[in-house]
Parts: sequence; C-alpha cells; structure tokens
Amino acid sequence: MASNTAPKNVVTINQKLVLLGDSAVGKSSLVLRFVKDQFDDYRESTIGAAFLTQTLPIDENTSVKLEIWDTAGQERYKSLAPMYYRNANCAIVVYDITQAASLEKAKSWIKELQRQAPEGIVIALAGNKLDLAQERRAVEKADAEAYAAEANLLFFETSAKTAENVNELFTAIAKKLPLEDKLNQARGAVNRGVNLSEARPAAQPSGSCSC
Amino acid sequence: MDEEYDVIVLGTGLTECVLSGLLSVDGKKVLHIDRNDYYGADSASLNLTQLYALFRPGEQRPESLGRDRDWCVDLVPKFLMANGDLTNILIYTDVTRYIEFKQIAGSYVYRDGRIAKVPGNEMEALKSPLMSLFEKRRAKKFLEWVNNYREDDPSTYKDINIDRDSMESVFKKFGLQSGTQDFIGHAMALYLDDAYLKKPARETRERILLYASSIAKFGKSPYIYPLYGLGELPQGFARLSAIYGGTYMLNQPVDEIVYGDDGVAIGVRSGDQVAKAKQIIGDPSYFREKVRSVGRLVRAICILNHPIPNTDNLDSVQIIIPQNQVKRKHDIYIAGISSVHNVCPKGYYLAIISTIVETANPLSEIAPGLKLLGPVVESFSRVQEIYEPVTDGTKDQCYISKSVDATSHFETLTCDVRDIYKRMTGTDLVLKQRPKMEDQ
Repeated sequence: MASNTAPKNVVTINQKLVLLGDSAVGKSSLVLRFVKDQFDDYRESTIGAAFLTQTLPIDENTSVKLEIWDTAGQERYKSLAPMYYRNANCAIVVYDITQAASLEKAKSWIKELQRQAPEGIVIALAGNKLDLAQERRAVEKADAEAYAAEANLLFFETSAKTAENVNELFTAIAKKLPLEDKLNQARGAVNRGVNLSEARPAAQPSGSCSC
Repeated sequence: MDEEYDVIVLGTGLTECVLSGLLSVDGKKVLHIDRNDYYGADSASLNLTQLYALFRPGEQRPESLGRDRDWCVDLVPKFLMANGDLTNILIYTDVTRYIEFKQIAGSYVYRDGRIAKVPGNEMEALKSPLMSLFEKRRAKKFLEWVNNYREDDPSTYKDINIDRDSMESVFKKFGLQSGTQDFIGHAMALYLDDAYLKKPARETRERILLYASSIAKFGKSPYIYPLYGLGELPQGFARLSAIYGGTYMLNQPVDEIVYGDDGVAIGVRSGDQVAKAKQIIGDPSYFREKVRSVGRLVRAICILNHPIPNTDNLDSVQIIIPQNQVKRKHDIYIAGISSVHNVCPKGYYLAIISTIVETANPLSEIAPGLKLLGPVVESFSRVQEIYEPVTDGTKDQCYISKSVDATSHFETLTCDVRDIYKRMTGTDLVLKQRPKMEDQ
C-alpha cells in the first residue's frame, strides 16, 4: 500500500477512496473537478476513466496519494462487487440536494459501507449540486448535517459545477485519515505481494495455445 | 434492460467476465447478467453465509468460525501459472491494478505413500528425494533436453522428432523410471491422465517449459494466487467491462433465450423485460438444452486449523496425487491456502480437493486426499457435471463456455476464452496495452 516517492524526505502514503451514491448525483463530476478541475454539463455516465489519482500534501513530511475508485455504473442495479470496498481507507457518499430520495439512498450506502468496508474507514457525506440551491433545493442543509454529525461523518455541500467546497471536501478527508500506522509501515517499506507488471513477459505469445 | 446491445453475457464466471471485459474494451455494448446476487458463478469465492446456503441450505453457519466477511472460500482448487496466459491477459488489460497477488509457497507430489517437493529445474531435481542418485542424473539429462531444444538447431534434438516420437518413447530414451515419469507428466506437465504418453512429445515439452518458466518468475512455486480468493478475478474483469461501458445486473433471473424464426438468438427475457442482442455468451447453466455432460467432478472444501501435514508448515501449497500412485485413472489435486491470502481468519487454513469421478461412490474417491490433511474442522463436498457446448455457436449466435474443469490452473480456461473470442469476432484475440487512466 505505502511507498516512498520523490521528492526526498516526503513520505507518500497511498490511500484508497471509494465513491458511492445514487446514479446521477454527480460522483464522477466531483472527482473530475477535484483531479482535473473540469466540468461537463452533459456527462452522462461513467465510461473509461474509473481510476484516478491525486496527491495531497498533509504536512511538510507527508503526502497522501488518493487512489479514487468510481463505481463505473455498477451501483445502478445493486451490482457493486465486494472488491470495490476492499481495503478502502475512505469514502465519499454523495447525494443530490435537489432530490430528497437521494439522501435516503446515501444513508443506505453508508449502512452498506459499515457492513462491507474495513473498520475505521473515514466517511464523508457530500450534498452535491449546490449551484442549484436557489431554485431547486429539496434537502435542508441542517437536516443532512444533523444526520452526518450523529453518524460521525464529515459533511459538505458541494458543487462540482462551480467547484465550491470540492477541494475542501477531499482535503478534510485526507486530514482525517489515521496515517500513523501507514507511516511506520512506509518507513519499514516491505511490499509483500508479487508485482506482475514488473515481471512483464518479454514477448506476447501468439493466439494459439497448446491444448 | 429493455434495450438493444451488441452482446449479452449470462453468468459472471471467469470465462464470461474475461470475455465481457475484452469485448467492452473493443467498443461493444455489453449487458452482463447473473441470476445469483454475487459475482463469480462457479469461480466465485463465497463468504460463510453463502457457503452454507450453497452446501447446507437451511443450516445456520456456526458462530465459532467468526465474522462472515473474513471468509472468501473458493469453490475450485486452481492457481494461476505465473507465466501463463491468464497472467498475461491480466497484465495487458491492466486488471492487475485491482488485484494483489501472492506466490503459492510450494508444490508437492505424492509418491510411494508420502509427499515430496516437485523439482522445478535441473538443479532442484538433483536435490530431490523423489529419485535415486542415478535416476537424478537421467532426469537432469532429460530436463536439459527440454530446456536446450531449439527449433532451428537440429543438434539440440538429440535424435528426437518432437512431432512424431511419442512422449513414452522419449521417456524411454532417457531411461526414466515410471515413478519419475509420473511426476514429470503429472506434477510438471500437469496432465490429469496418461493419454499424453501416446502423443507426440511437443506438447509435453511445452508444458514442462511453462512450469519451469513460471517457477523462474518468482521462485518457490510456479503458482500465484489473488488475495481474497479466486473470486477477485471475475470481479476484476467485470470492473474492466463496466469501466468501458458494460452494464451489470446481478440477482436478475433469466427466464428464456429468445430466438428468431431462423433459430438465431435475438435476446434474453427476464420477467416481462426483453433485452435484445446480436450475440449471447453464457455458461452451460443458462443453456441446458445446448450442452452435453463430458464427465463429473467431485470436490471437497475443507476448513483446517493447522497447515497441511508434511508441507514444511507452508502457508500455501499444491499437492498432486498422480493417478498411478493410488490406482486411479485421473489425478487428485489439493489446493492449500490460508489467512495470509485473506481467505480465512488467522489460524485457519483451507484445503480444496478435487478429482474426476470414476466410480459410483465419488466421495470415497477423494479419500486419499483427505488422508493427507489431518484433522478437519468442517468440510463441504459435492459432485458436479462438467459440460461443454454441443455446437460452436456460429449458427445460433449462442456462445457457450465450458464448465470450470479439473485442471489445477487456468490454461484451459484462457484457451476457451480465446476460442470463443475468435468464433464471435472472426479474429484472433490480440492483447494491446490499455492506455493509462491518468493519461486519458
């Protein structure tokens, strides 16, 4: 999980962040805004880019590299694989402040996280589409905030469109991550698994096989 | 699901998920359905609740075994060859980024009533207790021939015509005893029976080379294994498919395949919904009338609270019991894994035994395997038919995979993947490196 990278003396700790929430609440848009500072009004569903990374400095000696997993649409028919939750260090559960039902869905995703994700996972609740608050708000900020406080979640209202609170959301998560153990592991840096990619075969075998 | 797709895939076994991923990457619009509420079909790894539901319906899982989610129990005893084709596909599709692998610590073979480590190369053969001193020198000569053979250099042939001379005659030429032939043919070339002896030597040489090159990759054994169990493999390829636009529906009943007047499949019905597609892929359980049984497998999953005896307390092993050693016609395989692979809680070990059924009493056929395990906390066994499709699918556009077979690895499965891919698309599968996500 943890690895040392340049520049010198700064330890970078890899952490897995998973996104959850109903379809079309803006999960991918939040990531796109955070990682690439882009927004696309007509982005329909998640294709092709469901694994992005972004490094955030925590202090002068430590950075967190967030490996951000998007659902790739597998949440739509309740078909997210257990693999998605494995080793997740943090999660953002997103709802749409213009859709009351999406907060209820968010609450059930949080239950699912508590069932499937590792203990101690840092969870943030994000009410997205804050840019539409004036005309179409359907979830009161105070209600969602009270729920988040009770469930011990970080809470932000965000707008992927205007970028409001997007960096704040990810930064707050990075700051709340318990990194002590990871730091110690990183200093001891032993990678236990085998690295298949480093042992890439010299040439690709032809289409035929021997059976 | 009331839409039109290029391909509908039924069942989330590994073959189906690899094909789904490859076809989505090719730009095909894929709908992937499973009647179960979990990924993997027969190549799933189950938690305790799912395991008990499958093997002992109605029975509560014992609290003493701990938390449900700490268990990922494979249904089949298979490992990946480190230098095999599945490893290759994993690397080229970049699915390796979702899955972490560990080595299997040792590979053992049963001979004359005890188990011993399988030599991986000429040097190890010289140290092996499996052979007498003179036999070791003969085995070393044989393995040197395997390794040094070059197509373009007849001086390396050693008077063997690899496409004409039978493996039996090659063994004879090197003077190898039948016990040595057993472990070379069954524990290195990984044949399930002795039919290979009558066939030309080429394939056996290639299989031994794959074994040796797989060992050379990471040491210890030729095998690697995914953390959290084999079920991670179908999940990883399903994720690949989803990332490239594939739609996933678990827990979705499949009521019928819909055909046109000409007998060509045009879609799949689930309840009152019909999804249309030009081509349909599925495992045999979705096409009962289009598959035939080619045999039966008996498998037993055993939970232990100790390492398998006589394996140097290793955390993971493969044990092969060659057919001749226990007067059978097919080998018995045992796969041993443990908590270091995150498949069970600390202190527990899993051993999965399997063989091809030869008698009317299949459960008794795995007894030689059970005997090697020592005390067992809990065991689950079942007999399964092995199916293959009756036709190649080009007429009715139904491409049916073969059942998960008795081999100890995934080489036959990737052959099936490549074969189905070619039948469906008319072209050989060529693996291209995916562009890195960060670059997109």
